[in-house]
Amino acid sequence: MVLEVKKPRPVWEILFSTHHTDIGLLYVYLALTAFIMGGALALVIRTELFLPGHQMGLVPDSTTFHRIFTVHGTNMLFLWLLPFASGIGNYLIPIMVRYKDMAWPKLNAVAFWMIPVGMALIWLGWSDTSWYGYPPYSTIRAPGPAAEMWIFGLKILGISSILGAINFVVTILRMKHPDLPLMKIPLFVWATLITSLMILVAMPTFAAALIMLYTDRLGVSGFFNPAMGGDPIAYQHLFWFTFHPEVYIFLIPAVGMVYEIVPKFSRKPIFSYQSGVTAFVLLAIVGFSSWAHHMYSTGMTFTEKTVFMVGTLAAVPASAMHVFNWMATMWGGRIRFRAPMAFAVGGIVLFFFAGAGGIVNTAMPLDFLTHDSYWVVGHFHLFVMGQITFSFVGFLLYFLPFITGRMYNERLAMVTFWFMFIGTSLIFLTQHVTGLYGQPRRTFDYVPVQPLIILNQISTVGAWITGTSAALLLANLFHSVARGKPANMDDPFGIGEKYYDYARREPHH
Amino acid sequence: MGHATIEWVYVAVVIALLIYVGADAWNVERKLDETPPNAQLIKVTAQQWFWTFEHENGTQEIGQLHVVKGVPYRFEVTSRDVNHAFNIPDFSTLIDAVPGRINNVWTIFDQSGQYLIQCREYCGFSHYQMRAKLFVEEPSSNSTSATKPVDLTPSVGATALTG
Repeated sequence: MVLEVKKPRPVWEILFSTHHTDIGLLYVYLALTAFIMGGALALVIRTELFLPGHQMGLVPDSTTFHRIFTVHGTNMLFLWLLPFASGIGNYLIPIMVRYKDMAWPKLNAVAFWMIPVGMALIWLGWSDTSWYGYPPYSTIRAPGPAAEMWIFGLKILGISSILGAINFVVTILRMKHPDLPLMKIPLFVWATLITSLMILVAMPTFAAALIMLYTDRLGVSGFFNPAMGGDPIAYQHLFWFTFHPEVYIFLIPAVGMVYEIVPKFSRKPIFSYQSGVTAFVLLAIVGFSSWAHHMYSTGMTFTEKTVFMVGTLAAVPASAMHVFNWMATMWGGRIRFRAPMAFAVGGIVLFFFAGAGGIVNTAMPLDFLTHDSYWVVGHFHLFVMGQITFSFVGFLLYFLPFITGRMYNERLAMVTFWFMFIGTSLIFLTQHVTGLYGQPRRTFDYVPVQPLIILNQISTVGAWITGTSAALLLANLFHSVARGKPANMDDPFGIGEKYYDYARREPHH
Repeated sequence: MGHATIEWVYVAVVIALLIYVGADAWNVERKLDETPPNAQLIKVTAQQWFWTFEHENGTQEIGQLHVVKGVPYRFEVTSRDVNHAFNIPDFSTLIDAVPGRINNVWTIFDQSGQYLIQCREYCGFSHYQMRAKLFVEEPSSNSTSATKPVDLTPSVGATALTG
């Protein structure tokens, strides 16, 4: 098949476009930029911790270090995970539900263009509140315009994701082709629908909390200031009511992407479509019942702790159902380990470890051992890096021929996968042990004893390996977009399956 | 629905495992939640970036804490400014220090030696240095503390603090 080289379109035409494919790609570009920038910060963090004490010349002082991990966290969650999922959603949802565009194309463009503004506020603000901004530190101690810029940045990103979510819900429920019943749409559409509904429930709470935080900073209110009769713990409840479901908001699109990849490369239909949908819905509902398991150590009563432990454990079977579904799909399938499949399977393996660690965090007595230690850092990074980022990268490679008509370099992609898998395991599985030795998270320095030094060095080496893999991935993407081999659009991966069977049509108008 | 059965079995196994974990955790935590009635009180005050301890008899210590092996201690933890977390990693003791609140945690030190007390909740510039020394002493008839060097248990905190 000969690649039709289209005339390149002028940049402004793409920037001012409201077409869903253009917006989707803009989201993806922005997300990848944020991934690289946030990853660079992560490398600085890990390199600083390679040796105990202060590494001269890398980070001038501890406040700069705190600013680095704050921006790293905020950036990775809100500028990498959310926009990437929205980007793929924007590109694919209208195609998958067979409508010409998103329901409100202009709103879609507005929602996208709020993100660079929020990104600029967060990166230029360079706040040191850490990504959760717990008061009283964030209201009475955090310096200068930085914390305000962080609050406004998050506010704008929150509004953007609410607008995007409304658009997705309306597109899927109202603009769906009448011949396409809801129980026939691809699981990725279900994932986006559930995610968007969760955003609509969760985000307004945090929006309120941010306003309260801001008026507290101005000194006109004292919601979270004990000196004015407020309660710092109230903020934590509002925050985690949004951000515990938020981890499922990050997770579910990734799960939807794995559902696209696994059956294709196993050359077998999905084991159970229905259980996938059920698990999404269950996860969305139960995800809201577990927010306070981040707060056992704030002095909760035994009853409160019990309630939230049960709520958290209740979320596990839904995730387990997804994993079972993938395993059962692969079971007896004629699996082809092309790079997207490798990333999906690697993600599932790390997802399993993350889930097992999560059960340990949930069990009340063990939580007091692991809470706010590097165990937690390792645990949630296994989710966001292990499961979610692996699925995203896998889906990006899977999706590349569809967008560009060109093929990535398979061998380089497999090398990337092994680097990323080994690196990620080295960093985050090790960090679980680091946490059990008592190293607190968010520290500039640690107690200089032999086990901690060695564990931190293993993590840092893992981080460098992962950094290398990200560079390889980027090189592969640039090379294949510019001069990759033209892909065979019927079956680019050579797996003997039809590549993309949703009503195919020319992406550009 | 042939393939539904195996999925139900799997889900049932997962749920049974979770119930086991939950019940066991509930049971252990229920025991840990009860402070022994004869526990000695130590008031702990956190502030940026050090710890203050006040014993029942009024003795105050800053940056270090002397306790006796085998005696149950109850800590009343609070903070002067921002959130901190009172943590003794070697004895898995952890509770947040929140301004405007007094949180309780108790523990028995069952090994003598020097250990580390640290802050586990991010609290600003010197968070990473917000540490204190914990001296667990053998119960002895002469109450003069630390007359002979106590046996150093090779723990993370101890080796760091003596080194």
